[in-house]
Amino acid sequence: MTGSRSTLSIYGEKAIELLIRLCGVSAIIFVFAIFFFVFREGAPILASKDFSLGKFLTSTEWYPTSMSNVRFGTLALLAGTLSVTGVAMLIAVPFGLGAAIFVSEFCTGKVREILKIVIELLAAIPSIVWGFIGLTVMNPIIQNLFHVPVGLNVLNAAILLALMSIPVMVSIGEDALKAVPDSYREGALALGATRWQIIWRVLLPAAKNGLLAAVLLGVGRAVGETMAVLMATGHAVQIPHSIFDSCRTLTATIAAELGETREHSPHYQVLFLIGILLFTITFIVNLIADFVVKGVRKK
Amino acid sequence: MNMPADAQPVAQFGETPFTRKKQRSEKIARAIFAVMVACIVIPLIVIIGYLVKEGYSLISWKFLTTNPTHGMREGGIWSALLGTFWLVGVSLCISAPIGVLAAVYLNEYAKDNWFTRVVNLAVVNLAGVPSIVHALFGLGAFVLFAHMGRSILAASLTLAIMTMPVIIASTKEALAAVPRQFREACWNVGATKWQTIWRIVLPNSISGILTGVILQVSRTAGETAPIMFTGAVFYRRIEEGNLFAYNITDQCMALSTHLFAVKTQVTNAPEALSFAIALVLLGLVVFVNLTAILIRSWLRGRKKW
Amino acid sequence: MVKPKVQVENLRLSYGPREVIHGISFDIEPNEILGIIGPAQSGKTSLLRCINRTIEFTVGAKPSGTIRVDGEDISEMRNVYELRRRVGMVAPLPVGLPLSIYDNVAFAPRAAGMKKKGELDTLVEKCLTQSALWDEVKDRLDSLGTKLSGGQQQRLTIARALSHSPEILCLDEFSIAIDPVTTMRIEDVLKVLKKEVTIILVTNLVQQARRLAARTMFLWNGEIIELGPTEQLFGDKPKDKRTYDYVNGIFG
Repeated sequence: MTGSRSTLSIYGEKAIELLIRLCGVSAIIFVFAIFFFVFREGAPILASKDFSLGKFLTSTEWYPTSMSNVRFGTLALLAGTLSVTGVAMLIAVPFGLGAAIFVSEFCTGKVREILKIVIELLAAIPSIVWGFIGLTVMNPIIQNLFHVPVGLNVLNAAILLALMSIPVMVSIGEDALKAVPDSYREGALALGATRWQIIWRVLLPAAKNGLLAAVLLGVGRAVGETMAVLMATGHAVQIPHSIFDSCRTLTATIAAELGETREHSPHYQVLFLIGILLFTITFIVNLIADFVVKGVRKK
Repeated sequence: MNMPADAQPVAQFGETPFTRKKQRSEKIARAIFAVMVACIVIPLIVIIGYLVKEGYSLISWKFLTTNPTHGMREGGIWSALLGTFWLVGVSLCISAPIGVLAAVYLNEYAKDNWFTRVVNLAVVNLAGVPSIVHALFGLGAFVLFAHMGRSILAASLTLAIMTMPVIIASTKEALAAVPRQFREACWNVGATKWQTIWRIVLPNSISGILTGVILQVSRTAGETAPIMFTGAVFYRRIEEGNLFAYNITDQCMALSTHLFAVKTQVTNAPEALSFAIALVLLGLVVFVNLTAILIRSWLRGRKKW
Repeated sequence: MVKPKVQVENLRLSYGPREVIHGISFDIEPNEILGIIGPAQSGKTSLLRCINRTIEFTVGAKPSGTIRVDGEDISEMRNVYELRRRVGMVAPLPVGLPLSIYDNVAFAPRAAGMKKKGELDTLVEKCLTQSALWDEVKDRLDSLGTKLSGGQQQRLTIARALSHSPEILCLDEFSIAIDPVTTMRIEDVLKVLKKEVTIILVTNLVQQARRLAARTMFLWNGEIIELGPTEQLFGDKPKDKRTYDYVNGIFG
């Protein structure tokens, strides 16, 4: 048998290892490629004399197709994104974390399995279907319930986003709660603590980093969501003053307008620039979430 | 692992006001959290029920296998359904091998150092990039820079990169579940690293890998934004009944973009049509997910050690 | 004098900043059973893993010094898999791979490129017979190796270690997880195997070394306290008092 392993098979091994390493680093390559190619399409506008980066970030006037006076201010869009995300989180955080606590602390056996499957299915519903639901189901409900003329508004989109980001929060939140050693719970029980006290004083403090990461990943998902908010926000460029105002988000703007622009026109380039802005926001949110999670692991 | 939810105080100690208070607090806590879960689950059931009620009447074999007609106001969804299958299939062929090998790298080859951390961070961030940014990337890189034009290939590549982190994460988890002692036993008898992975590690983590790949299918099928500008087309007629009616360089229709178009761009389309499309898409995704769940629980039951 | 099978010269090993083997040197002669005894954490397992270079899979492990097999420096061998095939290794806890019994034994030959069914059949039977397992499993070679009992799995592990015809067989506390009867059966197997291979027997049972080994080494805290004929170590007058204490169970 000795010597039957030829040099060829050693080179084969080396080749496979090289391939695997290449695939391994591909994620880095893709992240850089995304930044590079999106920036490459959008960058020329930065040199244009009609464009000012300050106005881009601070002006609320978004008139990309105006014949006489083109204005590319994204503040209203950013406000739309933030308000929809914010309201969504106000709904999603208590319900998401509450569900995580219920699944992890109050459920056993079959009930738990079934709930986890339901939540998994909730996560699987495509965003276009959520948008469709917003348009056809939520719109009339909101109109009738709150007596407002338009049901496509911040509230509508926020409820959809909340339902979309809850599954992420539940699964990561549940992991965080599972990571709290049982001895903590038993210790607290032995001291005569009630279930409330255990949750408030023991579980939440012990799992707080994991829960925070769960919330941040939910935020990341909500900021980046496109189709659902495109269909449910009402598509009005304005800074919303109440949850019943229509608005428009950064993502929806790209989705709605990219198809109608000429390639390499200023409008087209500005849309790519918005893409870079979005990429940066979600990148930072994910980075923070990652560091928070790593903090958990170190303990 | 956790305390049984219905743990009762042992009766022999007798009831005191304190234990009664504790029981009450237990019940209230349980009820409040149960209501919270119900607030999530019930709307889901109601909405799905509503979709089924409104869309069910249109769905038939004919609806699935004929092209849309009369400016997409009548007829079926064949070209969109087949387009979705094509997009999912082609993107799977790209993302599954790369994703699985990337996970093999991270779990089997990578050392615990800063570089590996950067790779992991890149995977996490890739998963977090908004779908519309992926769309911009696909347009800039594949459609324009690589001159693929708007095509199934460009759209599938975009989808593949977008969903790869799902495959990487689930494969990594599956690989990590294979005990290290198996690997050491293989190395001890002179097996190379790859032989060990190929003959022992991969066969024993295939269920987890498969689950991840199937979940990727479900996610790919529903995506809209990334394909809108890279390969999806508003309307296209193809030969009915021919699974290979599309070519990889063609533009195609897809269920998700079709639903968007019918609901927002086609005037006077019957309500039931868009409900039926939404229902088909939802049914497809739920079916695929349930398959993954079934496979997972089936394979969990026949573990080999 | 015969040429030594294995020569260890000034071997040092550290895990990060912590050195666990402090420069040891010794020879192993062909076809002998060398017993290695010593308390836990004295570097026995690490020593074996240096010999077949699986230590390289441990993050942060840094060996230095020279190990020669048949006069050849192992750190300069380009084909490390060949080395591992020449050095069989049996771990403390039995590891049946999640494959059939047949495939468990045929794993190494197949990895080395043996494909012919006939050759494999012969080899599998030979190895299982050598490890005293053949009679118990010959009718169910298709069942899973992981479903065998602990003692059977350990013999399966030995059969697997023999399947690549090693010149050196390292056994690392092989009896830790199996019953005394099986232990005795395996010991009988080793006595026979000695004719063909060189055996390094790391053991936590000092009497096992006494039964099997011609020479015994007492390793303690990464240093060789004493290496000599087994009877010398187990007799009334070993060279070092610590050996006497350890062998007679006085050691604290």
